[in-house]
Amino acid sequence: MCLAIPARVVNRKEDKAEVDFGEGVLREVNVTLVEAKVGDYVLVHAGYAIQVLDEKEALETLRLWNEILGAEAATGRQ
Amino acid sequence: MEPKPRLGDNEQQVGKTMAEKSRFRDPELAKQVSEKIGEIAPKKGVVKICHVCGTHEWTITHYGLRSLLPKNVEVIAGPGCPVCIVPASEIDEAVQLALKGIVITCFGDLLRVPGSKMSLLDAKARGADVRVVYGVGDAVQMARNEHDKEFVFFAVGFETTSPSTAVEIAGKPLKNISFLISHRTIPPAMKLLVEMKDLSLNGFIAPGHVSTIIGLKPYEIFPEDYAMPVVVAGFEPLDLMFGVYMVLKQLDEGKPKLENEYLRAVNREGNVRAQEVMREVFSTVDGAWRGLGTIPLSKYTLKNEYSKYDAHQKYGVRVGKGVDMQHGCRCHLVVIGKIKPTECPLFMKTCTPQKPVGACMVSVEGTCRIWARAED
Repeated sequence: MCLAIPARVVNRKEDKAEVDFGEGVLREVNVTLVEAKVGDYVLVHAGYAIQVLDEKEALETLRLWNEILGAEAATGRQ
Repeated sequence: MEPKPRLGDNEQQVGKTMAEKSRFRDPELAKQVSEKIGEIAPKKGVVKICHVCGTHEWTITHYGLRSLLPKNVEVIAGPGCPVCIVPASEIDEAVQLALKGIVITCFGDLLRVPGSKMSLLDAKARGADVRVVYGVGDAVQMARNEHDKEFVFFAVGFETTSPSTAVEIAGKPLKNISFLISHRTIPPAMKLLVEMKDLSLNGFIAPGHVSTIIGLKPYEIFPEDYAMPVVVAGFEPLDLMFGVYMVLKQLDEGKPKLENEYLRAVNREGNVRAQEVMREVFSTVDGAWRGLGTIPLSKYTLKNEYSKYDAHQKYGVRVGKGVDMQHGCRCHLVVIGKIKPTECPLFMKTCTPQKPVGACMVSVEGTCRIWARAED
């Protein structure tokens, strides 16, 4: 039940936002709990955005994994 | 030899990661991390890593991650299904209200959870108005649209879900809706598991989405007071594989600590706004968990200022102690990871997804239900 799905904010109006779950699946969600702007990815649970996903940290996770796997450059690029 | 694929090789692809998640599910990388786990895992003895999230169990089972781990590294499912741990007495309360003619709104998972005598679905079959909603917002909207009827939202869930209930209550909805608050908070249950000596846990994978709300601080006691490694992990197969690796690495180095693998969604403080609204609306009391007994300070209840939204008070709900376990059911052992679903004599014999006996087989996040689906 703690499933939360990432979606991109398409429109925002006060406490409601239209979000895109991908492949054109749009839905209105409540964004009271987050500071999300158009273009941000949010995690949606039961009609509420509960957190804004941090793209920089997504890259950091990939970097961390690279490090664990002993891949070469820390950033994954040279 | 071909170079190993690297995560983040293609910047454009990384930019799309959150939508497509492809790199977070890469089977080749899963194989690589599986090898790393094999290198670092102790050669003797058993390591038990416990997660407390139904969605984690789904990922682990669905992607067959246990088959990628050494035989002596066990990942066990703790009480991570908020529907499964709702005691029968709280189902009985909702059933009582439903039979009185009040519209009960709830998540679909709850419908078939057994009460002492009947489930909400049984009540519905007797003519009660029980409606499944996507979230609490829909229940509040229904009450607004049908102001001649009385509504109750049966609020179940861990910290991922409870902020949404708090937001709606703080927003002071119409007086024809009230709430049966069955929300639970997960860290006290983790503490109970650590203190069960016969469970012999070696580490935790902490629930990612609960942690988006509560942050990291509530887990600090585990490494500090119990020398228990904790890694907060996300929900992609690689998140969990790396979560297991990070726990094993801590054990190998003998340095238990709190680490966060789910950096893209979880920060140290958590969702402060959500925490504030929960503090505004809820206080914490001791709560019964089906199969686990009473856990201190593990249940939310409405503060006095919001008591007019408390369905117990509004309707004077009174039920008995409740019958949590049906004869032969071993949900109480499954829910703490002490036995696997397949070790229960009822599993897939008299207890099936079509005709569940125990709560663990009812919810799509129940360990038995997830294992049953994997058997299909």
